[in-house]
Amino acid sequence: MDLGPFLFLATLEGLVTASVLALTALGLSLVFGVMRVVNVAHGEFYMLGAVIAWFTAATVPGPAAVSFLAAIIVAPIAVGALAAATDWLILKRINYNPEATIVATIGLLYMIQQATLTFYGPDARPVEAPIVFRIQFPWFGYSGYKIVVIGFAILVLALTWAVLTRSKLGLLMRATQYDRETAQAFGIPVDIVYAGVFAAGAMLAAIGAVLIVPIRQAHYLMGGEALLLSFIVVIIGGLGSLRGTIVAALFIGLSDGIISVFFTPILAKILATLLVACVLILRPQGLFGRAPG
Amino acid sequence: MSNSVSPRALVLHLGVLVILFALQFVLPPYHNGIAARIMVLAIYAIGYNIAFGYTGLLSLGHAMFFSAGMYGAGMSARLLEFAAPSAFFVGVICAILASCLFGLLALRTAGVAFMIVTLMFSQAAYLVILYFNNVTRGDEGFVIERTLRQIGGLDLADPVVRYNAAFVLLAVCLIGSLYLVSSSTGRVMIAIRENEERTRMLGNNIFAYKLLALTASGTVAGIGGAAYALLFGYTGAAFAEIQYSILPLLWTLVGGAGTTLGPILGTAAMFYLVDIASEFTSAYLFFVGLALVLMILLLPKGVLGTVREKFVRWLP
Repeated sequence: MDLGPFLFLATLEGLVTASVLALTALGLSLVFGVMRVVNVAHGEFYMLGAVIAWFTAATVPGPAAVSFLAAIIVAPIAVGALAAATDWLILKRINYNPEATIVATIGLLYMIQQATLTFYGPDARPVEAPIVFRIQFPWFGYSGYKIVVIGFAILVLALTWAVLTRSKLGLLMRATQYDRETAQAFGIPVDIVYAGVFAAGAMLAAIGAVLIVPIRQAHYLMGGEALLLSFIVVIIGGLGSLRGTIVAALFIGLSDGIISVFFTPILAKILATLLVACVLILRPQGLFGRAPG
Repeated sequence: MSNSVSPRALVLHLGVLVILFALQFVLPPYHNGIAARIMVLAIYAIGYNIAFGYTGLLSLGHAMFFSAGMYGAGMSARLLEFAAPSAFFVGVICAILASCLFGLLALRTAGVAFMIVTLMFSQAAYLVILYFNNVTRGDEGFVIERTLRQIGGLDLADPVVRYNAAFVLLAVCLIGSLYLVSSSTGRVMIAIRENEERTRMLGNNIFAYKLLALTASGTVAGIGGAAYALLFGYTGAAFAEIQYSILPLLWTLVGGAGTTLGPILGTAAMFYLVDIASEFTSAYLFFVGLALVLMILLLPKGVLGTVREKFVRWLP
């Protein structure tokens, strides 16, 4: 293959990575934006999404499309419920102290990972794609499902954006984000908003994971990389900036696809982590974030 | 540096050290080996506590300082055939350089950004160890030959020598940290933890104090790493992983962040919790996670932090 089609393939693969990454990172960014806490267990919510999708698909009989449809409904709801419970049982009780939250979510990370290893096992398992067709380009054929993933991710992102900026629910969230105490004084149920935001963040990660499971299999350690990449995206985009998160996800997803064409994966990861560290040192508010004050 | 270690605090610390020294005559061989390991890891936790407990610098990347000490000692022993004392020295120098240079960069950030920068740098350090696996042997690691692990004719692999070597290093680090946090420098560090803006307003150079604290912290962590490599004869990339940055945080929190004896108590408690849990189940990480969550919910100040708050106000 010539370089042109090769780069085109890398770009397509990069877009698939970017769209799932955008969903996962948006969840992390939403939680940080509204609640001002970093959820270290975010990657495990992503992993749980994939694992629950596998369990659902294995339980629901019928054609692949039906069991996949069940998975994409059940997995995010289950993960969202777990996240809401976490918020209510743990985070609320430590008063959303940023440092205590990190410690608590690290603990949660270990518990979820170990429980998954115990009940799901160390194997990587795929879920069958709901639709199978090929798109034939002049140089190569490409899986149609991957294009569907990109489309579906754009749909969810647009929906999230609409809810945040155009609905009453989004208004409540933004009011809570802007000033928690004043919001409470105006009768906004801040506790419920927090639990809802934490659940919504986890659900976005779970949706991303269900979409990717037919392409990359469900594995109990898959959360680590998702967390690291989401961190990178959210930081480069600016913590709490939704527009920045999506731009950064595109940038990281595409450059991940293209860098790994030229470098070994491990060197690509070293470059990416150092890049993030340098961005933070030079611009602690991120590329798109506003400086505090 | 004017020192104000109160006599009763000094007596308490010396008493703890006497008990630790005497334990080797009582403990059965299995627990004797574990105690040596705990003491070396407690050195790491004492180092972590200087940055996190006393200065309020929550780092998620101390594994890079621990492994700087470990690889500094291990690599100089393996490749250059350095004897134990000079290999140890190289390890400590590596940790000093790593923590000072890293501090110069990372301390420009604070709070959540600082945590993530530490996480990223330490992850990059881990990946670099994996990348050069033809020299570092990557995940598999390497064993340091017994002939090199000698100090003045004493064999560091011998259980008695190993216990006492670990004990001496722990004693030096514990008393050193007691004097550091009781000094005027230590008071500024605590003031930064409590209220950074106010401390700055009083005319202190915050950056310089934070850099000092991080370097001291990284150095002690590196002493732990170098000691681990030489006493147990193994160096591997697993010690540079994120998990090894989180463990000292856990140990410090359990024992009581910002108490000099807390890290030792926390390390011993968690080590035995894992040891006992792994006898019953392979899922011991679940219990580590549960301990973290319960700790932060029930005893956010750790065991000794709570003891200090409720009963013994003078505990340093």
